[in-house]
Order: sequence, then C-alpha cells, then structure tokens
Amino acid sequence: MTTIDLASAPQADPARRGRLIVYAVVLAIGLALAFAPFLFQDVRSSQVAARICVFIVLAASYDLLIGYTGIVSFAHTMFFGLGAYGAAIALKGMGPGWGAVILGGAAGVVTAIVLAVAIGVLSLRVKAIFFAMVTLAAASVMMVLASQFSDFTGGEDGIVYKAPDLFKPATKLLTDGDGKVLKLFGVSMNGKIAAYYFVFLSCLVLFFALMRIVRSPLGTVLEAIRENEMRAEAIGYRVVAYRTSVFVIAAVIAALAGTVWAVWLKYTGPETTLSFSIMIDILLMVVIGGMGTMVGAVIGVVLMSLAQFYLKDLMEVAAQSTSGVPLLPDLLEPDRWLLWLGVLFILLVYFFPAGIAGTLMRKGSH
Amino acid sequence: MTAPSIETRDLTIRFGGHTAVNGVSCAFRPGELTVIVGPNGAGKTTYFSLMSGQLAPSEGAILKGGVDITRLSPSARAKAGIGRAFQLTNLFPKLSVLENVRLAVQARHGVGPRLFRPASAFREIADRAHEHLKATRLEEEADLPAAALPHGDQRKLEVALLLAMEPDIFMFDEPTAGMSVDEAPVILELIDEIRKDKSKTVLLVEHKMDVVRALADRIIVLHNGELVADGPPEEVIAMPIVREIYLGIPADEGEAA
Repeated sequence: MTTIDLASAPQADPARRGRLIVYAVVLAIGLALAFAPFLFQDVRSSQVAARICVFIVLAASYDLLIGYTGIVSFAHTMFFGLGAYGAAIALKGMGPGWGAVILGGAAGVVTAIVLAVAIGVLSLRVKAIFFAMVTLAAASVMMVLASQFSDFTGGEDGIVYKAPDLFKPATKLLTDGDGKVLKLFGVSMNGKIAAYYFVFLSCLVLFFALMRIVRSPLGTVLEAIRENEMRAEAIGYRVVAYRTSVFVIAAVIAALAGTVWAVWLKYTGPETTLSFSIMIDILLMVVIGGMGTMVGAVIGVVLMSLAQFYLKDLMEVAAQSTSGVPLLPDLLEPDRWLLWLGVLFILLVYFFPAGIAGTLMRKGSH
Repeated sequence: MTAPSIETRDLTIRFGGHTAVNGVSCAFRPGELTVIVGPNGAGKTTYFSLMSGQLAPSEGAILKGGVDITRLSPSARAKAGIGRAFQLTNLFPKLSVLENVRLAVQARHGVGPRLFRPASAFREIADRAHEHLKATRLEEEADLPAAALPHGDQRKLEVALLLAMEPDIFMFDEPTAGMSVDEAPVILELIDEIRKDKSKTVLLVEHKMDVVRALADRIIVLHNGELVADGPPEEVIAMPIVREIYLGIPADEGEAA
C-alpha cells in the first residue's frame, strides 16, 4: 500500500495546480463575459462575446455526448438549428414578442426531443460508427429540408425578423433625471445591453445545468458507459436507455441555445445554425478544450472564437510590421489566416493530447 | 431440499461449428457453494456468460426462481439478483475505486431521476460503497483511478463490485487468480462469509485444489462443454473421469480461456 502512496503523491500536486489554473482561467473568462459590454464597447466585440456564450453551451452539451458518454454525433447543429428556426419562424409569423420566443423555442425543443428519441431508440444499439453515420444523414436531411421549404424557412437566405421590443436599441432600461438613457461607465442602458444579458444569463443557467448533470450520479453512469459499456450493463444499467436519455438531454440544451442565438442574431439561416462547418467548429472546440471536462468547452470556445475573429487582424499587424523583412510578410498575409489556424490546432493537439483543460487537470488520475 | 435459485436446462451455445457449452442441465440452490472445475476451454466462463446474459444461448433455457430469464438483458438479470465478477478484470479504468463501487451500489439502490444533485450528496450510497471497500481492504485506495491499482487490488475491486450489487446469486470466475499469497485469503474469507448466508447461492470457478476442498459444498465438472460430473467434493475428486481429464494437467495451473 505504501508504494501506491509514494507513487501518487508527487503526481497529485501538478494535477491540483493544473485544476486551479483551469478554474482560474474559466473564472476569468466568466467574469470577462459577465462584464463584456463594459469592457469591450464596440459592436463587433459584443457580437463575439454573445457568440462565445452561446457556443460554450453548445460545445458543453456536445461534450456531454462525446466526452462523457462516448457518443459520436454529427447532428448537434441540427438540434441547435431546430431551436433557432423554431424561434425564428414564430417571431417572423407572430411578430416580435415573448410569446413567439417561448412558443417557437418550445416547438423547436419538442421537435428536437422527438427526433433525438427516434434516432436514439432506432440506432444507439448499433456500433458507434453506424450511429455517427445515422446522425450525419439526419443532419443532411435537415439541411436539405431547410433549403427546400423556403416559404417556411427562407431557404438559403434564411429568415430576418425582429426580436422582442425589450431588445430594441431605442428601449430605455434606465433613465436619468431628464428621461434620457442612463449611461453607466460610458455604456448606455438600452435594449442592446438587455439583449446581451439575456444571452449571457440564459447561457449561464444552461451551462450550470450541464455542470450539475455531470456531477450528479447520472454523470458517473455516463462515464462508466464510456469506459466499459459491457460492465455498466452487467452491474444493472440499461445502456441503451441511458444513451438515449443523454442524447435527448444534449439535444434539448442545444435547441435552447439555438433559440437564444436566434433571438440575439435577429436572423436565422443555414449558415448560422445548421451548417457542417459549425458542427466541425464545435467538435474542434471540445477536442481543444478537453473532452469530458465540461470546463474545457469554455476554454476551447474562447480560443477558437478569438482565433476566428481576431487572427486575421493580428496577422495584418504582423505583416505590416515585418514588411521590410523578406518572405515573412508573405507568410503572414492575412488571407493565409486559415493556414495558421490549422498550424495552431496541430500544435495544440500535439502539446495537449487530452485537450487544454483535460491535460492540465489530468483527468486520468483524479 | 430447497427449490433451485438458478437453473439451466439443456443450455447450449455454438460459435460456428464449435459447441462451447453443450446441453448443460444443472440446478443450483441457496445456501450451497458449487465449484465449477474443468480444463482450459471446457466452457466454464462461457457457461457463466450465458447465465449472466453477456451471451445468448443457441438452445436451452435459464430459470431464476422458476421464472424463465433466457431472453432478459444483462442489466435486467443484474436487477433480478444475478451478480458476476469477471475473470479478466473488467472495471471502469479512469474512474476512481470509490466511483467504481458507488456505481454498483447506485444501480442496486437507485437514486431516482435527480439530475441536479451532486453525486457526493448521496451519503447512504457513498457509505455503502465504503463498507464494500472496507470488506475488500481497498479503503486507502478509494480515490485512485482503478487503472492505477496493482493487479491484485484490481481483482479485489472486481469482487467489491460484485458485493455492491448485493445479488442472490454470486458468480466468481477465478477470483484469486494472479493474487499474492497474502491477498487471496481476504477474498476467500469473503466468499466463505457469503456461503454462511443460507439465502445466497454461490458459483465459483476455481483451479486451486486446496481452495476447492476448503470451500466447495458441491463440485461440477465441465469438459468440452458438457457436464461430466456432479456431486459432493470427495466423490467428484475421486471419480476416474475427473482424474482422466486432469491427467497431466496440474490442478493449480491457471486458465486462459
């Protein structure tokens, strides 16, 4: 027994330190997002911050599938799209209002549940690779449907609509003595800030719900299924039922994130919700952050989003500042940003094989 | 005699042209510890897998308490009180020792659909899990991942999982294989404890003859998938067919199948 203590003692410290680092980074990100409208006051930044919030929920709910349970699905954007299109169609048809958001969101969630149950029951028995193919097929069908039923969905152009009145830029949340919009720290307390905090708080609630789920007894069962499906069944867990349930839970959370996203964007189209490039983004975010860690999603999403939005700008600056040097400016040409993003991914995966959070926290020896 | 707790009738399984278990009819009763012996590839582990549900028979039936369970899933059989420890260690490697056992306790006692309560808040479940760790002398290793345990401790954890399932029927598949001389008695004492509870049925695959002699109430012999002998220990050990099967095969040697 003493040999085990000796072996585990030196290893425990870096793991604890790693966990502290990860939680500190996540806390910092959380605070930055909580005060984003005050910290970054331009339009683009608020767009990036809102996207980060929504994608944290989307990536974290995907981590519940791929990281915790070991289910590989390519239909996550389909569920995201269902929630978004539900809200979009209702907002377009019924006009702006909370009734439309709730009704449309609920319709999206119900459709997501029905589809997730159907896919789960029909195909979670088969091998993982076949399940992945089934989800790929379902997601493709949904994309075709979205573009074909253009009367309903706006086709490739998508749908433009108005958000509830509360989120109009003209809405005055707080007024000063003269009846004008109150400014706090230079930020107008108008509908835009209400819209951002609607996104932030909804996503915070959803993310905490996910954190609670993975820490609940169910979370351990999911990990057990990932680790050793046969033994999980042998000690009395109905693996197919658990897999289906978690697939449904993840689908519901993705759909809710979609509804929030649709309300924020005031536009819903295939490119913002259903596309496979978003699916690949989510997958990369989870892998880079660390599968099966939940907090990894936060780190992965922030890194990817910042790279996607700002790498080009950074390279522009770098290319200009190195304009006198041969070759370098060509390499740093902003149009080559995807190349550098690719290099960045390869380096990250090489140095953090279990993802950033996963490697730092050494999930294997917790 | 008490009614059988578990029974197989003409149980047969074929893999292609090979018949691994061939028409085995046998009944096991509560309060009885049956040791299953036989040479490598005799079908002992396969027979266990048929009873615990990992394999479906080609022919025949399995009854628990007189009810046909042949078509039940492994999880339904676990809920019905059939518990099995595996021969090749079969754990949740990245989860901690405590989590491994807690999973089995939780499967037995249930926690309901309470999604938002942390697992650590279920005190009773954790307390029971700790009891099983104590019984298998694994308390100090509770927070280590199962994969980090030495082989002997993994075998003990395998047994702890079976205890945590609180079954009526305990199936041990060479529980002490690969254990050190001072570890094995812990497990053998535990098995002896279970045997004293007259409501439990114990099935044990074991090669070590001293263990067989010490624990067995009854021995059955499988050979080429068939049941060739069944009776009290002294009688079975003395049978010519048993001597023939074991001729040249040291009785205490391990089995790979």
